[in-house]
Amino acid sequence: MNTMQTVLPYVISGISVGGQYALIAIGYTMVYGILRLINFAHGDVFMVAGLLMVYLAAALPIYLAIPIVIALTVLLAFIIERVAYKPLRTAPRMSVMISAIGVSYLLQNLALYITGGLNKNYPSIPWISDQITVFGMATTRVTVITPFLTIILVVILVYLINHTKIGMAMRAVSRDFETSQLMGIKIDAVISVTFIIGSFLAAIGSLLYFSNYPGVVPTSGGMPGLKAFVAAVFGGIGSIPGAVIGAFIIGICESIIKGLDTILITGGAITEQIGLATFSDAFTFVLLIIILVFKPTGLFGEKSTDKV
Amino acid sequence: MLDKTAEKRKNIISFVCVLAFLILVLILDQVIKPTSKMFMLLTVLQKGSVYALAAVSMNLLNGFTGLFSLGHAGFMLIGAYTYAIFTIPDKARDVVYQYYDASVRFSIPEKLGNSMGPFGTVLGVVIAVLLAGLAAAIFAYLIGLPVLRLKSDYLAIATLGFAEIIRAVFQWSKLGPVTNGSNLLKSFERTSTFKGVLFGMKLKFATFVPVLIATVSITLIVLLVNSTYGRAFKAIRDDEIAAEAMGINLAKHKMISFVTSSFFAGVAGASMAMVLSIAQASNFKSAMTYEILLMVVLGGIGSISGSVIGSMLFVAASEWWLRGLDSGTFLGINAPGVFRNGFRLVVFSVIIMVVVLFFRKGIMGDRELTDVIAGWKAKSKNKKGVTDHE
Repeated sequence: MNTMQTVLPYVISGISVGGQYALIAIGYTMVYGILRLINFAHGDVFMVAGLLMVYLAAALPIYLAIPIVIALTVLLAFIIERVAYKPLRTAPRMSVMISAIGVSYLLQNLALYITGGLNKNYPSIPWISDQITVFGMATTRVTVITPFLTIILVVILVYLINHTKIGMAMRAVSRDFETSQLMGIKIDAVISVTFIIGSFLAAIGSLLYFSNYPGVVPTSGGMPGLKAFVAAVFGGIGSIPGAVIGAFIIGICESIIKGLDTILITGGAITEQIGLATFSDAFTFVLLIIILVFKPTGLFGEKSTDKV
Repeated sequence: MLDKTAEKRKNIISFVCVLAFLILVLILDQVIKPTSKMFMLLTVLQKGSVYALAAVSMNLLNGFTGLFSLGHAGFMLIGAYTYAIFTIPDKARDVVYQYYDASVRFSIPEKLGNSMGPFGTVLGVVIAVLLAGLAAAIFAYLIGLPVLRLKSDYLAIATLGFAEIIRAVFQWSKLGPVTNGSNLLKSFERTSTFKGVLFGMKLKFATFVPVLIATVSITLIVLLVNSTYGRAFKAIRDDEIAAEAMGINLAKHKMISFVTSSFFAGVAGASMAMVLSIAQASNFKSAMTYEILLMVVLGGIGSISGSVIGSMLFVAASEWWLRGLDSGTFLGINAPGVFRNGFRLVVFSVIIMVVVLFFRKGIMGDRELTDVIAGWKAKSKNKKGVTDHE
């Protein structure tokens, strides 16, 4: 019982972080599904959304700031796609990936210049940042809301993809780029919509994520971005439910490892801190490598074969 | 196509050029005083040669074998730490490992220096650098076993993941007695301690040593690329399935390329530790890999001289020429409001984006400097355009 009480807070915060990763991971998995591109800039778009919130919340009331942040983030992702990825449509995949790394480098440096490298305090959003008590432990409301909000958004998204025209176009494009073009699908529009949806979810993810953290720095996007990508690979890249499940697993594992020393001490397995928390980030990649070696297409991915 | 004698002559000319360059660097090392404005040139040469080696070794993998790997920072970290751990003098050991009881307690250069004099110290540094490369190569072999079966993006992300794991392991407090945990390693043999008396002259080798390491290593990589192995690598890059059908052992050649590339990444890491005179795990983030990748792209993927030029330009621009963008005055324009900290990197990343988008082949494409010079010669002889093979 004692162990249970020690573990529970970590699991709850893990589920919350997992939900936030899931919102980012969807952006990765959708873009990869369609363009076969690891959009390295996605994590940085997420960071920019955080910074925009910092600056806008200082100038505008919060109910205005939030929609503007989301709109600007979507606009940014749209511009990135048009400027940095669209001209490379026919180029080898490696060039596009390098372009994505270049955009990521640019966004980070731009953020560094504007913030001066200082930690910017994230504004506390009323209601969702409030302290509440769940199962006898204090936490913020955002921790509890995140998983539910994530699941609602994912259900809407899956509906959108399975039952609307644009969703059908997306599925067609992800299946076969060239044939769908021949069938009269406007590829550029579909790709833009994909980026818009991905960045919209990333913007919401950033509102939830940074509410739990003290502030935003230019490198804030890197780690969550990488983890969300790993979540997408883990679940099977291109599969939205897969990405969400992967994100929750990674979030929970990471959170438990952060507290593993304390948990093991309470459980009586070890007697002193051994610094396992250092591996909370690394564990994500261990998971990635395990899944890539044993099931390279991820949990829900489809198998593809090489043709000459 | 080229006959043997012409080939031989080309090799001799290249060799003489490289030798002349090394002598020039050695002279510059003595002539330029730390107070002089040109001292920046030495800094650029030092850091540039470190990055040039890193970029060339990455190019061997990404450009010549077509294995898109993003684990370079991890291998450089292993190299830097191995070098640092084995060259910290006994006296400094306890100061460096202030929170831990150091478990490795011998410095190779010091041990050999005590028994064999100055030559021993030099030999010790060489051994430590080789050890750094070997350690990285062994790790690469172990990592390569599972990872090299993966394709393109999956390989990229898995190697990136391994680099992050390596970084976490080196920062783990339980390994503190060896790696000093998350604290930095310092006081080891570094460029500023590379001094000596030769023929009665006091000589400094601060720039010469990293440049020499890079030159020797890059020469070895060039030899590898021009060998049968190199041709097999290129075949794998161009078409894996066709290469396999031609009887190239994919797994073996990929592993050779991966391990060799990591060996030189480890050497570059050791050289970086020398130049920066510290080694700290938190410096070797994935951002470093990205930077090296951008240097490779800037120079041209698949061109060794391109990688060298690319990284030299990258370092020179970011450390020297564009400094003014950070400190208020640039090209005589004084605008402290705009030209403040960080602006340099913004301008710089815009330049890189322009290269990536509009000059996709980089500076050299996949040609080498020797090809370009041969092209000029042919042009001046024939007075007509040279066909640019793509």
